[in-house]
This record gives sequence, structure tokens and C-alpha cells, in this order.
Amino acid sequence: MSEAAVRLTDVRKSFGPTPIIMGVSLDIDRGQRHAIIGPNGAGKTTLFNLISGRLPVSSGRIELDGQSIEGLPAHRINRMGLSRSFQITSIFPRMTVFENIRCGLLWSMGYRYSFWHLLSRERSLNAAAERLLADVNLESRRYLPAGLLSYAEQRALEIGITIAGGARTILLDEPTAGMSRSEANHAVALIRRVTEGKTLVMVEHDMSVVFDLADVVTVLVYGQVIASGPPAEIRANRAVQDAYLGAAAH
Amino acid sequence: MSEILAHPGARPVEAAGVASLTKRHGPWLLALAVTLVLPWLFYDWSRARHSGFVVAMLSQMSMMAVFALSYNMQMGQAGLLSFGHAVFFGLGGYTTAHVLNAVKSGSFWLPTELVPLAGGVGGLVFAIIFGYVATKQRATAFAMITLGIGELVTACALMFKTFFGGEGGVSTNRVIGTSLFGLTYSPSIQVYYLIVAWTVISVALMLLLTRTALGRMANACRDNFERAQFVGYDPSMVRFFQFSLSGFFAGIAGALYALTYEIVTFDSVAGAMSANALLMTYIGGVGAFAGPVLGAVLIVLLQSWVSLLSNSWLVYVGLLFIVMVTFAPGGIAGILLMHGPIWRARRLGRLAGPYVRVLTPGVLAVAGFVLLVELCSFLTIGAAQGKSFKLSGITIDPQSLKPWLIGALLLVVGGLVLWREGRHFRRSWEAVMEEIKAAGRA
Repeated sequence: MSEAAVRLTDVRKSFGPTPIIMGVSLDIDRGQRHAIIGPNGAGKTTLFNLISGRLPVSSGRIELDGQSIEGLPAHRINRMGLSRSFQITSIFPRMTVFENIRCGLLWSMGYRYSFWHLLSRERSLNAAAERLLADVNLESRRYLPAGLLSYAEQRALEIGITIAGGARTILLDEPTAGMSRSEANHAVALIRRVTEGKTLVMVEHDMSVVFDLADVVTVLVYGQVIASGPPAEIRANRAVQDAYLGAAAH
Repeated sequence: MSEILAHPGARPVEAAGVASLTKRHGPWLLALAVTLVLPWLFYDWSRARHSGFVVAMLSQMSMMAVFALSYNMQMGQAGLLSFGHAVFFGLGGYTTAHVLNAVKSGSFWLPTELVPLAGGVGGLVFAIIFGYVATKQRATAFAMITLGIGELVTACALMFKTFFGGEGGVSTNRVIGTSLFGLTYSPSIQVYYLIVAWTVISVALMLLLTRTALGRMANACRDNFERAQFVGYDPSMVRFFQFSLSGFFAGIAGALYALTYEIVTFDSVAGAMSANALLMTYIGGVGAFAGPVLGAVLIVLLQSWVSLLSNSWLVYVGLLFIVMVTFAPGGIAGILLMHGPIWRARRLGRLAGPYVRVLTPGVLAVAGFVLLVELCSFLTIGAAQGKSFKLSGITIDPQSLKPWLIGALLLVVGGLVLWREGRHFRRSWEAVMEEIKAAGRA
């Protein structure tokens, strides 16, 4: 059908009388690294919540790989190949790092609600978990309860859980928020590596991360897209400079 | 912290072999050995009879351990607080009673040894029905629904006489003559070993269940149900399956109850029995798999032993619950596990002094409290029963002032010293932990 991994058509969302997303139409192509930027309160996270099914849309259409997904529960959308991380780290704090990663794999490897497989005996499952653990550089932390990891490690773990299920489309909500410069650089390298060949959509405040990682940048202001295009074009866009980047872009 | 330490996945599980098997399952094997041998330590050789009291108490402990573990499948493992778990225990019991009666009357054949399975199926079927409703919700809404289900079934138990037998309950007879091993199951010691066998099976299955996809996702939904959705799982389905299986094991516990007492009444589905599951599980410790077993042993001990000594035993259970929730939310298991690192570092001896200093005023304060409670009890209930308050041969007059003063003095002085020593103990504990950390870094 369409080339787009994610296609939004006139998506709207209001909380009570307050409109947050006011008619967003956007195509995110397969394999693209797409950053959504905008000032605080622009509705970036809300947009993510709509795409991933965490919130229902008020109106409009959302397609994932050509299939309509608005109104589906989050777990169904996830099974169709879309995975996300959260702005506030979302992991399983009382389970070990290894278990966290393994939980991310279970559904996609067909275990569903099985209560007859002993997971410790499932070789390919454990091997896949090991590989992911290595991918996110947390091998030395495997037995630690995830809640005891450092902040940056928890973010890395969440990226691991997010990509574990093999989703073709990955949504990352401010993956480097609250990190030091060097931690953020590590995170960017990690994201680049693990989303190779996938569609990546991310909300990000750190402009150096955005311009480093993104193929396309979309600028959201007050629930509307004011510009969308390659980073260089966005940097030069007058309206964007006025609304958002200000003098910082130069 | 204790809850985190207690998580089974927190410990590396490696290398098989007999040595590591006994090491890993040592406590379980020891518990099993004690369970098997204990009735014989109270055997009356002169009259060639088992102690009925001890066998009854051990049977009760065993079935309650299964009941509490099944409760913890919801509470500790899935983060679901239920106020109606006795429903599945009781309905498992009723099912068993009817099955026993049917086998006895020749309607169909089932070996006595497999009768508990019928109770399990009974519990499972009703857990599927009620769980379908309850597990649509989580947290407070879930708790309220289970409370409603508990009340509903208790009310039904008094209304539908054909199945529940009304207030008189359903009587049955476990001697149905279908044993595979030629046993009659008339002596309670035979039933005891049947109970132990089913307890071992149930405990093993529940332990293995924690290591499956469902068991892990139950933990995951407890920790963060939203994250669970974004790895493809429907949290309400996870809750539903976990709830249903928990009902199965509660039903087995109920079946063991029916086999032991040969009567099932509405008490077995009522709120007090549900509260029992909660008390045992919480006091034992929700964070560790074996916690509820410890809780079951302690609560049954209080129920059957302390209740012989005192009319006010429920006061002590209530107080114990409050103290545990306040000071040791990880339960008995949590307290034990906290000592793990100190034990491994061989520094437990360092705490001996502080322990004596904190336990002595603790014991005195408890003694003072018990004295006051018993004085109250003898002034009211005891007097009505015409009993007199005797303590190691000395009769105490609850009408005189002296025992009340002694009780109050013990409680107040003991309490104050305990409060001061408690802080000292905490400092000693932290010092030892610091030492271990420093040694670990060096």
C-alpha cells in the first residue's frame, strides 16, 4: 500500500475542552530517523501517546504500515510492530536487568501466556536476551534489580526492552533527557546502532542530538506542524527560528 | 530493599549437579524432612498412638501453607490485593466433599489419593468465572471486586442449600475405600501424609510457575503494567491466568481441609478465612517465594497453641500484623533475608550483643502487654467462665492493683528502653553493613 511506516491524517486530540493536537498530518517513511521537536507543551508526548495507543485519538486516522491502528489497545499495536520508550524511565524495577530484557522478548518469540515452559531452559530465548544485554552494554549488571541501576543505565535498559520485540518502528521519547554530555553521546551511539534498518521516531530537546541523528525533523508548535524536512532546511527555516530555535540555531 | 533481595531472579542460578541441588534446595529438603519426622517425635510409644493435637496442627499448617502460597501468587507475584481468596479455598472444599460423597455412593470412581485434584478443579472453575470479572481491573478496584465476590459467595452459601448445605454445611466421609495403596485414610496420620504429598506437589508447581512466561509477566505487570503493554502483553489477561491458577491451588488447599475435617461449612468461604490468607502471607513475607509458608506455620501455631492458653490470642495476631506491617514490611522472610549478607560475611556474631540489648527490653515490654491483656480478659470473659488466672502455680487476682501496676511498669519501662535500644541497634547494624561494603571494595 503506502510507503509510510507511520501515517497520520488530520489527527486531533482534546483533553476536555482543551485541544492539544490540532490536526496533525504527517508521513514517516520506512527506515527514516525522524525527530519531532518543539517547545514545551507543544504536544509532542501526546502525539506519541496517540500513535502508540496509550491514549485514544479524538478524531483522525493513524496507520502503521498501511493498517489503521487508531482505537486499538497498546498491546495490539505493539504486536503489529511498533514499540516505544517513555519520557520518564519505564522499566520493571524489582526484576533483574536480565529478566527485564527477557520480558521484552517473550511475546515476540511466541511464549504468549505460557505457564508450561521453564524459561531457564529456553536456549534461543536466553541467547537472544544475552545478545541484547551485550547490545546495551549491561552484561555486568545482569543480576542487579533494574531499580538499582544508575539513571543512564536505566535509560539504556529501557531502549533494550523497547527494541527487544523486534519492532520495525521504534518511538523514543526524549531518550537523552537528564543525561550528561558524555552519557548522551553514548546513548546516541547506542540508538544509532540498535535502530539500524528500522524506522525511528523520537522526541528530543537536545538539538545536537537531533541534528546528529535525524534524517527528517518535524517541528510541532501548539499542536500543529509548522515545518517538516531535512535538518539543514529546518535550521534555515524562518518560522522555526522565530517559534522555537531562536538565536540558538546560529 | 528486602523485597528486592528476596526476588528469586536476583540470585544467579547456575551449574546443576547433586551438590548444588542440595545447596539450592537445602531449606526445602530440610523442611520436608522435618515435616515427615515431626509427628513421630510426639508419638506416644506406651499407648502406640500419635498425638492427635500435633497431627491436626501439622495438617493445618501444611494446607494453610498451600493456601497462603496460592494467595501470594496474586499478592506478592502479581501485585493484586484480594479480600476474597477464601472463596476458592471453600469452593474447592465443597467440591471435594461432594466428590467424596459421590465416590462413596458409587456414582463414580476416583482414587482417594487424587481427590484433592477435584478440589483444585473446583477452585479453578470458580476462579475462571469470578476472575473473568475481577481481573478486568487492578489495584483498588480489583480489591473491591474481590471483597464483593467474597460477600456474595458467603451469602450464597447460606441460601443455596443443595450445594452448600446451609448453616450446617456439607458433611462427608473420607473413608471411601478407593485407595491405590490399600490405605483406609481413617487414621489422621495417613491423611497427614497425603496432605504432605499434595503440599509438596503444589509448592513445587507454584515455584516452577514463577519461572514461566506467565510467572515473569505477572511480576512485570506488578512492577509496571503499562510497560508490560508495550512489550505486547495484555495485563488483564496476565492477571486472569494468574488469578485462575491461584484459584486452582487454593482449591487444592480447600480439598485438604475437607479431607481432614470431613465437613465444609460457610466459614471456609467467609471473610475471616480470606483475612487469614492475607495475614499469613503478609506476616510471612510477600517478597520471597517461601515467605507465606513461614507465615502459615506461625499463624497456625498461634491459632492452635496460643488459643489453648489464652482467650485473647486474636489480639496478639492483630498486634503482630500491625507491628510487622509497620516495622518489617518484608515479613519474616524479609527479616531473614536481610541477614543474608551479614551471614555470608561471617559477621553475625557482631550483632549478638546488640540483639541481646534490644531483645531483653522487647521481651519485657511484650510480657507487660500480655499481662495487661490477660488481666482484662480475666476480669471480663474469664470471670464469666469461672476461671482463675494462674501463672506457674500462683493465682493472680485481677481485682487487685498490684498485677496491673507490674504489667503497666513492664510495658512502659520496657517500651522506653526498647525505643532507645532500637536506635542503638540500627546504628550497630549500619556499622556492620558499612564494614561489609568496605571489605567488598577492598
